[in-house]
Amino acid sequence: MSRLHTTPSATVGPYLSIGLAWEDGPYVVAAETPGAIWLRGVVHDGNGDVVPDAMVETWQADPDGRFDHPDDPRGAVPYPGFRGFGRSQTVTEGQYAIYTLKPGRIPDGEGGLQAPHIDVSLFARGLLDRVVTRIYFADDAEANDEDVVLRSLPDDAARRSLIATPTGDGYRLDLYLQGDRETVFFAV
Amino acid sequence: MTGTTSASGLHLPQYLREAADLRTPVGYAGYKSTGLRAPLRGPVDLPHRLTEVTGPLLGEGRVTAADADLTRQHAGEPQGQRIIVHGRVLDSDGRAVPHTLVEVWQANAGGRYRHVVDNWPSPIDPNFTGLGRTVTDGQGRYEFTTIRPGAYPWGNHHNAWRPAHIHFSLFGRAFTQRLVTQMYFPDDPLFGQDPIFNSIPEAARPLAVSRFDLERTVPSWALAYEWDIVLRGRDQTPYESHEPGADDGDVA
Ligand SMILES: [Fe+3]
Repeated sequence: MSRLHTTPSATVGPYLSIGLAWEDGPYVVAAETPGAIWLRGVVHDGNGDVVPDAMVETWQADPDGRFDHPDDPRGAVPYPGFRGFGRSQTVTEGQYAIYTLKPGRIPDGEGGLQAPHIDVSLFARGLLDRVVTRIYFADDAEANDEDVVLRSLPDDAARRSLIATPTGDGYRLDLYLQGDRETVFFAV
Repeated sequence: MTGTTSASGLHLPQYLREAADLRTPVGYAGYKSTGLRAPLRGPVDLPHRLTEVTGPLLGEGRVTAADADLTRQHAGEPQGQRIIVHGRVLDSDGRAVPHTLVEVWQANAGGRYRHVVDNWPSPIDPNFTGLGRTVTDGQGRYEFTTIRPGAYPWGNHHNAWRPAHIHFSLFGRAFTQRLVTQMYFPDDPLFGQDPIFNSIPEAARPLAVSRFDLERTVPSWALAYEWDIVLRGRDQTPYESHEPGADDGDVA
């Protein structure tokens, strides 16, 4: 069967907030949800300057490691009050902020378990396509050591660029589009 | 690329990636803002596992029927040429993508965005916000009523003007299918000098341009443009040749 060609991507440009701002965007779970965390970080460009017109989107498993989605072969399992998806603009000094529950571990398809992780899409003026990364958690050291994606990275510096560190109310991971600390981005 | 990831009973669809010569690169030299923003190291390949083959299924709850008509969001009607923009959301296998959220935003008829950082000397239209949302129907169809956006100047190079365009954002059903893009209008004389349009490989540029649709114009009311959007499809081949248990040998 002949395939259609996919529509080419384009930058979100500088005016993304007109179309993509959601009042509840950062809230993967409702405010005051027990056990919820704030996931925060600042997006930096190649000069080290903050990027105040980016958008960070997150997608993740629920705390039990399940997805409410028909393509999960283990079955779609809803987790009450949990959307799985977060969207935050970096308008405040380049910082994104997502309010969510920490994901559980999920099978890696190779007989093991992935460490808790969140898939991230980053959009901004100056990026003609989204860039994709993952957020892991520093206090899951053992699970991170076993994680098939982290293990595939060339060195500890690369792994460190994906690992969020604990804060008073959650975790923090800064993203670097370029430079010595450039975040590892993925081709999906 | 194999069509399944197999172990622990997981058989996952794998989403096809368009060839590089038909894909917009993340950075493009002629588009200045990419200089300090587009990552310089090559991306690491991420095979599609559970997190990548699932995605947010956001639909009806987020939109009302009124969100698809950008001309009726204020007390009066906006200035400009009223148009209908419609089409289908498909995957590259030609299958409809039903019940998926489509978000659009655009400049007004004079090319001005209702945004604090857009302050070029063209007036804001008090009757136009430039935001639309809808959800595709069971056949993947979407439709907006809006006004044709104007071209606008920007600082990328001397006398730079963006061709008229509408920004589109789509989810599909998997993280891999997420797409943010721009729809252009046919035969725009500004294409030649626009680095954002020209960052698309030449063979793929027609896919970003809508088609004037005389059939769907509404007499004495609106012109019409048709634009189909194609998201990444799945590699189905291994499913068809797959025998039960045949590739389960790698269970740890
Ligand atoms: Fe624009």
